[in-house]
Amino acid sequence: MNDLVLTAPVLEEARQQIENALIKAGVHTVLLIDDAGNVVANCGQDARRFDTTALAALAAANFGATSEIARLIGEDDFSLLFHKGKKDSIHFARVGPRLILVTIFGDEVALGLVRLRVSQLTKAIEKIFGLDS
Amino acid sequence: MALIDLSRKEVHCKIVYYGPGRGGKTTNLLYIYNAMNNGVRGKMLTIETKGDRTLFFDLLPLNLGKVNGFDVRIQLYTVPGQTIYEATRKLVLKGVDGVVFVADSLRVRREKNIESFNDLKKNLTEYGLSIEEIPLVLQYNKRDLANSAIPTLSVDELESDLNNELKAITFEATATKGIGVFETLKEISKNTIRYVVKKHLLADI
Ligand SMILES: Nc1nc2c(ncn2[C@@H]2O[C@H](COP(=O)(O)OP(=O)(O)OP(=O)(O)O)[C@@H](O)[C@H]2O)c(=O)[nH]1
Ligand SMILES: [Mg+2]
Repeated sequence: MNDLVLTAPVLEEARQQIENALIKAGVHTVLLIDDAGNVVANCGQDARRFDTTALAALAAANFGATSEIARLIGEDDFSLLFHKGKKDSIHFARVGPRLILVTIFGDEVALGLVRLRVSQLTKAIEKIFGLDS
Repeated sequence: MALIDLSRKEVHCKIVYYGPGRGGKTTNLLYIYNAMNNGVRGKMLTIETKGDRTLFFDLLPLNLGKVNGFDVRIQLYTVPGQTIYEATRKLVLKGVDGVVFVADSLRVRREKNIESFNDLKKNLTEYGLSIEEIPLVLQYNKRDLANSAIPTLSVDELESDLNNELKAITFEATATKGIGVFETLKEISKNTIRYVVKKHLLADI
């Protein structure tokens, strides 16, 4: 497994894309993490309000566990995962083989919109990180 | 799999404490957590334990300061050692950069040590890593029991069971009292950082 090396232009570009696709649509927090549980980028106002290190570790583990469950029942992968809360909901999507996009949003944002924007965004981020092809 | 952020000049590494159930992995992390001050340690995360058995993992983030201009952040994880949690152990090992294997000196745990060590090798291989290559430190824990009436393994026996071919660096420890805990941590951090830095030619240290 190769290490992930991030440069300023790549990060800046990814942040910009996340801002445009999700934060401007009313989503309050977006974390881009890797499957080892590291935070690659965080966007939105709330990112500093909670423990992003713990969130990233748990999200990576949760996503990994779900992929394993998928494998056990003969699915390739659940490429996305969604948990609904009373106020906030959280949506996880795979970005390339190694990254996970975590989107946290309130009930004023429609799930359909988040799903659409996330699916466009994952392609853009894959390109930025050179994960497409 | 380390994360190297050139824009913020940060290196993030993942070190996993592996080993049989009840060997003392969580005890190592708790000791480190309690001994470090807030500038260095982050919040310790322990997920849903049943009694004192780890079911998923523990996480302790540490900020080890600067190495050649890079801020070094290390995440210490423990796996659940009990045999049945095989799938979970493999998940936690994902993206690992360095391993501490905590072996139990209790004689009754001899088979469990060997089983867990083989399980580690297998899981590393499945991630395309090898035990020979990855930074690894062995910790022979519960050495306090060597002087008690409870049957224990000698260091020679532990060596021949686990470290015969590998010749990894080893430390004797009594994690409950903190003996050997920081020695282990220092060695694995140093080796892991060196390994990551060298791979990326961030600087020659
Ligand atoms: N006598 C003695 N007991 C120890 C030592 N280290 C840990 N223990 C005890 O061993 C028991 C298990 O320790 P843990 O740290 O929870 O073990 P673990 O490796 O995290 O176990 P799992 O989570 O099941 O994988 C606890 O009751 C500890 O107090 C030691 O050095 N000496
Ligand atoms: Mg434990």
